[in-house]
Amino acid sequence: MEVPILKQGPYLIASVQSTLSDDDFIRLRQALVEQVGKFRSRGVIVDVTPLDVMDSFATRTLRDIAFMIRLRGAQTVIVGLQPEVAFAMVQLGLSLQGVATALDLEEGLVYLDDKFKKAEEQPQDGMGPSVR
Amino acid sequence: MRSPALDGTGHDIESQSPPARPRDAYTAALLNELLAHLREQGPQLREEWARRIIEANLLTAMTREEIYAEVVSVYDQYVEALESGAFRALQAYAQNLSERIIPRGVETHEVVGIVLLLRDVLARALFTKYHGDIKKLTEILDAYEPAANRIASTVSVGFVQERERTIREQQEAIRELSTPVLQVRERLLILPIIGLIDPQRARQLMEQLLRAIRNNRARVVVIDITGVPAMDSTVANHLVQTVEASRLLGATVIVTGLSPDIAQTLVNIGVDLAKMDTVGDLQGGIEEASRLLGYRIVPITAEAQQAR
Repeated sequence: MEVPILKQGPYLIASVQSTLSDDDFIRLRQALVEQVGKFRSRGVIVDVTPLDVMDSFATRTLRDIAFMIRLRGAQTVIVGLQPEVAFAMVQLGLSLQGVATALDLEEGLVYLDDKFKKAEEQPQDGMGPSVR
Repeated sequence: MRSPALDGTGHDIESQSPPARPRDAYTAALLNELLAHLREQGPQLREEWARRIIEANLLTAMTREEIYAEVVSVYDQYVEALESGAFRALQAYAQNLSERIIPRGVETHEVVGIVLLLRDVLARALFTKYHGDIKKLTEILDAYEPAANRIASTVSVGFVQERERTIREQQEAIRELSTPVLQVRERLLILPIIGLIDPQRARQLMEQLLRAIRNNRARVVVIDITGVPAMDSTVANHLVQTVEASRLLGATVIVTGLSPDIAQTLVNIGVDLAKMDTVGDLQGGIEEASRLLGYRIVPITAEAQQAR
């Protein structure tokens, strides 16, 4: 099952539609890392709302995607994890350490907007690092 | 000539059910004689028993009149239980006793104490009656003692079971008073935790919180543990897991109200708290959360002055 990747302004939105196999995850990773350069995107949102299972491979691939995207000069946020999935993940010790997460697509967009607003303000203010 | 079925002290259930017990005819006759005696002597023995209960400072939660009233009915039931010897009857007797007595704040040792006192009082009555005939006395005691012991142990066990049942019910009730997840501001939830956290409760708390985060679209959660008296590594790990799971839903968790004891325990047992934001008290937690959400709290007067 191919994951559609939508371009939305400066962001890419990968909207998972159904359960993904390991190969699907690899293809998603490949596609995102390529397109983030092609469209000169500043942020990537991976929406995993339909997933009701998140195994260690999926978690690791999502983390890899986030780190790879960062190396390509953009930010990643994972959105739409279900409460039950989050619960199961921490029980299994899969916590997506170092990866930004948000409640849903809207929150993900807000997160990225905030992030870039801050990044723009900072050099203008010349006040050094922000509070957080 | 002790009947094999009569020397148990109450733990051997098989020997206690009436059909399985080949009651020796002679022993039965003795027991009947004994019961007749106890019925006849009832008023004096009850008086004696009540006097000794008061003397021994048992049942202090009850008044003298209440004790006398109880003594009359308990004595009759005791004699009945002695007569039938059936396990069911004993259990019913024990349960009845527990139900009457527990609500008045009577302690376990008191219940055991009064039952043993009654046993003593009755035994003494037997000594007084049969002291001239040692052989008869021995036989009577052979019949009486196992039955009396069985009553004492059944009552004790029944009382403890009744009490444990009460405790279980109360624990259930406490658990049912589920910890509320409250929204105090748009996108800000607070979760005050009162009382001990066991793994089951921790799990329930986490599930409740995660659902509330999604339903209220919360961005910040303040977990206040001022009311948690103690914490061990298991509970601390549950807390860390709750923080991580909330983060996966995009919510920041602030933990407030760690007592000095808990702070020392956590550092001593080496729980990694780097993943948790902690603030001293609930007030500070809500202030910090408001700041994270971009609010600023300004006194009305200052605002009014600015407007002027």
